[in-house]
Amino acid sequence: MFVHILTRLFQSLVTMAAMAVLVFVGVFAIGNPVDLLINPEADQAEMAAAIARLGLDQPMWRQFLSFVSGLLQGNLGTSFVHNAPALGLILERMPATFELALLAMIFAIVIGVPAGLVAGLYPERLVGRGIMGASILGFSLPTFWVGLMLIMVFAVWLGWLPSTGRGETRSLFGIEFSFLTLDGLRHMFLPALNLAIFKVSLVTRLARAGTREVLLQDYVKFARAKGLSPARVIFVHVLKNMMIPVVTVIGLEFGSVMAFAVVTESIFAWPGMGKLLIESITRLDRPVIVAYLMLTVLLFVTINLIVDLVYSVFDPRVRLSESS
Amino acid sequence: MTLSQDLSSEVPVLDVRNLCTRFFTEAGVGKAVEDLSLCLRRGEILGLVGESGSGKTVAGFSLMGLIDPPGRVVSGQVLFEGVDLTALNERALRKLRGNRIAMIFQDPMMTLNPVLTIGTQMIETLRAHRRISRAEAWSRARDGLARVGIAAPEERLAAYPHQLSGGMRQRVAIAIALLNEPSLIIADEPTTALDVTIQAQILAEVQRLCRETGTALIWVTHDLAVVSGLADRIAVMYAGRLVEEGRTEAIIEQPLHPYTRGLIASVPSRNLRGERLRQIPGMTPSLMSLPEGCAFAPRCDRASEACRARAPVMETPASGRMVRCFHPLTAPEDRS
Ligand SMILES: Nc1ncnc2c1ncn2[C@@H]1O[C@H](COP(=O)(O)OP(=O)(O)OP(=O)(O)O)[C@@H](O)[C@H]1O
Ligand code: SF4
Ligand SMILES: [Mg+2]
Repeated sequence: MFVHILTRLFQSLVTMAAMAVLVFVGVFAIGNPVDLLINPEADQAEMAAAIARLGLDQPMWRQFLSFVSGLLQGNLGTSFVHNAPALGLILERMPATFELALLAMIFAIVIGVPAGLVAGLYPERLVGRGIMGASILGFSLPTFWVGLMLIMVFAVWLGWLPSTGRGETRSLFGIEFSFLTLDGLRHMFLPALNLAIFKVSLVTRLARAGTREVLLQDYVKFARAKGLSPARVIFVHVLKNMMIPVVTVIGLEFGSVMAFAVVTESIFAWPGMGKLLIESITRLDRPVIVAYLMLTVLLFVTINLIVDLVYSVFDPRVRLSESS
Repeated sequence: MTLSQDLSSEVPVLDVRNLCTRFFTEAGVGKAVEDLSLCLRRGEILGLVGESGSGKTVAGFSLMGLIDPPGRVVSGQVLFEGVDLTALNERALRKLRGNRIAMIFQDPMMTLNPVLTIGTQMIETLRAHRRISRAEAWSRARDGLARVGIAAPEERLAAYPHQLSGGMRQRVAIAIALLNEPSLIIADEPTTALDVTIQAQILAEVQRLCRETGTALIWVTHDLAVVSGLADRIAVMYAGRLVEEGRTEAIIEQPLHPYTRGLIASVPSRNLRGERLRQIPGMTPSLMSLPEGCAFAPRCDRASEACRARAPVMETPASGRMVRCFHPLTAPEDRS
């Protein structure tokens, strides 16, 4: 197990390095921030001074080297716009996105797994068909439209839930979180639901497919031949096997929910990383974009690692073959 | 009609009467088991023999009440210790399954749940049927593994199925079947997937255990040679029907049904060295489109007009044996 973790860590480092190159080159290619950043009225000398200050007069490879050396010291550059460390800007926004994504994934599991299980157990019945119909809707409706509908129904018409901002926050380990207060939770509900809709559909389909496949296995029939109760067969024999693919995908999806909460955060004015990214892209604030992407890569790599470990808890075959 | 009535007054463990199981699929109705009658007494071992697809597994599941849609037991009775299982509800059946009637499946690699330990899978079998503590269930499970010849049973209880070999897994499945001391075990080709030496070991052990505990056993196989040394009686199945049933020696020494004779002729050990194995010509018919009369007629060298017009029923010729054939073989000279 220990060797396994070390190997995986090393793989993760290599991935990070490769991504650093790609991200840097990619962002370099999207445009010259000078045009956007510097007052067009400025004269030649002012312009040159500004360019030099931002380090944009250096050739690309030099810029890359200074980027890498900064990276190794944990410095991802300074925002052109805010004139503050890019990493700090992002990290400041991260808890908001994190808690939102977490709640969204909880929604996805709490709704998706039971729905998928029921749909898998009764594929021919009305409930099964209904659930699948709903999941197709969840897949095909665009996030922004669902978001607007949620706001209209729950915030405007019914007036049950707030639709903008984080609400009241409370600090935990020096970080502000919304989920610690009732008001904060109420503010989280709609955006998290919006973020979750697609994932609920995904988890439902996975859980259904998994259930149907597992039901056909000999070991389920054997469990029945042993005289076990239907509850034991379903909640132990079927569920435990069906959760293996679901856990993997949920883990991986968590990364994408965090990294791409952009639309939802914009609609619900949720001050997370996604909103920051949009702002930075419109202003070509390269260091922030690069830092954001690097952080996203780090996030995915870490999640992959965790999924790998959690997976081995669920699937003894993985756990044991590695240790022997 | 049943053997036991004239042989003993004791209620047979299993008395199956005219059982029919069909699959209602889009391609048509598959008569997987048709007019199956069987009788087993305490401690008796019956070999159920037939080619692949002849309905042996379906027959086993039908007895357990484990036929799933699109299949259904359409008629007949399964009297288990005098109680008709086809009339019981699911709850009552569950009390019997794994408790009074146990089954061992065909493929040992697939029967154990990959994410649960051997111990969990054994203990749940015990606790589903009796109120005992985990600790007691655990020690019974351990003894159960030891009984089927598994070394270091304590360690095995903590193991997951993939850590065990195929032979070992099948021993575990057998141990699970024996756990609640059932009076009937249905073993569905439990050794087919294993290599020959392990097959022989398991065979001998199951036989010993059944003799010791008085458990009746139905040993399903497509290999006549396997059961001829094990079973008290043999039932031969063809295209969903029993075609012949009788004491093992009688069946082997003097088969009455042309299909049984074909099966015996294709067993390697009975052929002279150098002589080619005689295969039965033709193919197993599809259960969706069985011929009008005798299902074996297209492959039978004794087939007459009568065979093609009507289906033969199970009959008891003078010898007291049971055969489903209009022109049964009678004397050894008939074996051409
Ligand atoms: N789920 C099902 N749906 C439709 N038909 C089925 C189903 N299960 C079994 N059958 C039919 O029942 C027939 C008998 O199958 P069964 O598995 O009992 O054969 P078998 O004698 O056990 O063969 P084998 O030696 O290959 O295990 C099959 O040929 C098939 O046509
Ligand atoms: S009934 Fe006729 S066709 Fe069928 S096995 Fe007997 S002789 Fe052959
Ligand atoms: Mg079979």
